[in-house]
Amino acid sequence: MKRLMSGNAAVGEAAILSGCTCYFGYPITPQNELTEYMAKRMPESGGIFIQAESEIAAINMVLGASVAGARAMTSSSSPGISLKQEGISYLAADELPAVIVNMVRGGPGMGNISPAQSDYMQATRGGGHGDYKTIVLAPSSVQELADIVPVAFDLADMYRNPVIILGDGMLGQMMEPVEFEHIKKTKDYPKDYILTGAENRPSRMVRSLLFDTKEEEEHNWKLFRKFQRIENNEIRYETYLVEDAELVVIAYGIAARIAKGAIKRLRQESIKAGLLRPITLWPFPYKQIRELAKTINDFFVFEMSTGQMVEDVKLSLEGRGHISFYGRPGGVIPTPIEIARIISRHYYKSQKVRKS
Amino acid sequence: MKKIYTRPNALKDTHFHYCPGCGHGIINRIIAEVIDELGLRGKAICVAPAGCGMLIYNYLDIDTLESAHGRGAAVATGIKRVLPENLIFSYQGDGDLAAIGTAEGFHAANRGELITVIFVNNGVYGMTGGQMAPTTLKEQITTTTPSGRNPVNAGYPVKVCEVFSVLDGTSYLERVAVSSPANIKKTKKAIIKAFQHQLNRTGFSLVEILSPCPTNWKMSPLEAFKWIDEVMTKQFPLGVIKEVK
Repeated sequence: MKRLMSGNAAVGEAAILSGCTCYFGYPITPQNELTEYMAKRMPESGGIFIQAESEIAAINMVLGASVAGARAMTSSSSPGISLKQEGISYLAADELPAVIVNMVRGGPGMGNISPAQSDYMQATRGGGHGDYKTIVLAPSSVQELADIVPVAFDLADMYRNPVIILGDGMLGQMMEPVEFEHIKKTKDYPKDYILTGAENRPSRMVRSLLFDTKEEEEHNWKLFRKFQRIENNEIRYETYLVEDAELVVIAYGIAARIAKGAIKRLRQESIKAGLLRPITLWPFPYKQIRELAKTINDFFVFEMSTGQMVEDVKLSLEGRGHISFYGRPGGVIPTPIEIARIISRHYYKSQKVRKS
Repeated sequence: MKKIYTRPNALKDTHFHYCPGCGHGIINRIIAEVIDELGLRGKAICVAPAGCGMLIYNYLDIDTLESAHGRGAAVATGIKRVLPENLIFSYQGDGDLAAIGTAEGFHAANRGELITVIFVNNGVYGMTGGQMAPTTLKEQITTTTPSGRNPVNAGYPVKVCEVFSVLDGTSYLERVAVSSPANIKKTKKAIIKAFQHQLNRTGFSLVEILSPCPTNWKMSPLEAFKWIDEVMTKQFPLGVIKEVK
């Protein structure tokens, strides 16, 4: 049975169904519905909820719960995620699983509380200090948001690495019917690294300080090899009407949903536009985009920022094709009509250039 | 022959790296003795800090996590909530607990988290080379207070036990010193008491230990012990600050 729920609440329910037993949060708009949902549901399901004194404390509570073997999650929005970066770096260094939800809002600084996609670079480049990556999942509907939660926990456990669910204020706040019946914890992962007390076994230590530079270098290469495995195995993306497309829009999250609406309109005008929507922003579908350039020359990147993912599209194409960019930063939500108009203008302009 | 003194089981068979006359080695050993005596080796989990005290995980033969600077009480909270039957203690210095980790320590105490903080107060940032700590005494010379700590610019030495004592979540707060054999015995008793408060689920417990740092104080070990007894204890009086029965 489908339930009408906000994206924020849907993440909470999906997390509990995925075996998350610990949630630590701190209020910040536009993700408060998730913290409030967990405050009610966690005790009902026998889990742990703490409203922490700060985002920094919350991520460190996640680290503690994770090192004790629990599935743990925290959530926030842009300014709060900046504060969590210290803890995320330690989670990555300690190779501890965790799920962090970022319902992105306008920035920089306090910005505003409207939806934005301006944390792309922070999420996909590690975000904190040191040489590391976080897996970044970017759903584009409330159902997909719920569906991606068990995936996030599995990836975190499988690779022992923090996983970011990158939404935005719109995805968090909008209400849609959601099906939960298929969402469950499917697998237990080996937990031979956790701290439970050294009862009848040698003591363990979990740390990130490695004074010996050779040891630290080896640790970095070990993490690097893990990130390579993730790049080889975990790329997720969706394509829409690309088979006969002359122009491909590349957009993620809620922007991709808006772009889909635009593409439907463009198709009615006989403009052969398609969409590639990266679902994992890291690892990014570089090869898949490069593959499209064999038959398609025209790439149109749309983001609710001044242009961050567009850099990854450039890296994908390595000089092939032609890339144009349209961005609406600062919390503005463009309509499909607006995007259709922009793409259509771009399309006819490039047709003219081609003919002349 | 009867064995009257030996290395505790909870202490690894290795040399301490600490400077001559440092209090950390004494405190590490006392903790190990307490863990042995209470039979807690299989239940204890230590959260190590950033700073000299961090390398406690090289000495205690129990499960240990190294926390980010100042976050010990938050990390310990996460562990304890998942493993309520275990003994969780965080080992923190003065910069760690009373400067960068003030919020984490204060709120763990206020929630009455069933954890114990072993708070080593030596009045300086040791590992980074002897800078001013929140607990540095007035007029005390450090590398960042070259003409002595002037409260007008640098504030006053923080009394952590007294600050925490007004929080309803705290159940046992004692200030001790490792400045003499008698005081070391008292320190051990205080740690036992604090652990018992945690195991009896009474509330948050903290033992503040005045500890010598001869290297950064530019003193001999003997002078450092004397300085604790004669100078430091004036600002930080020893004794049980709070005990909830």
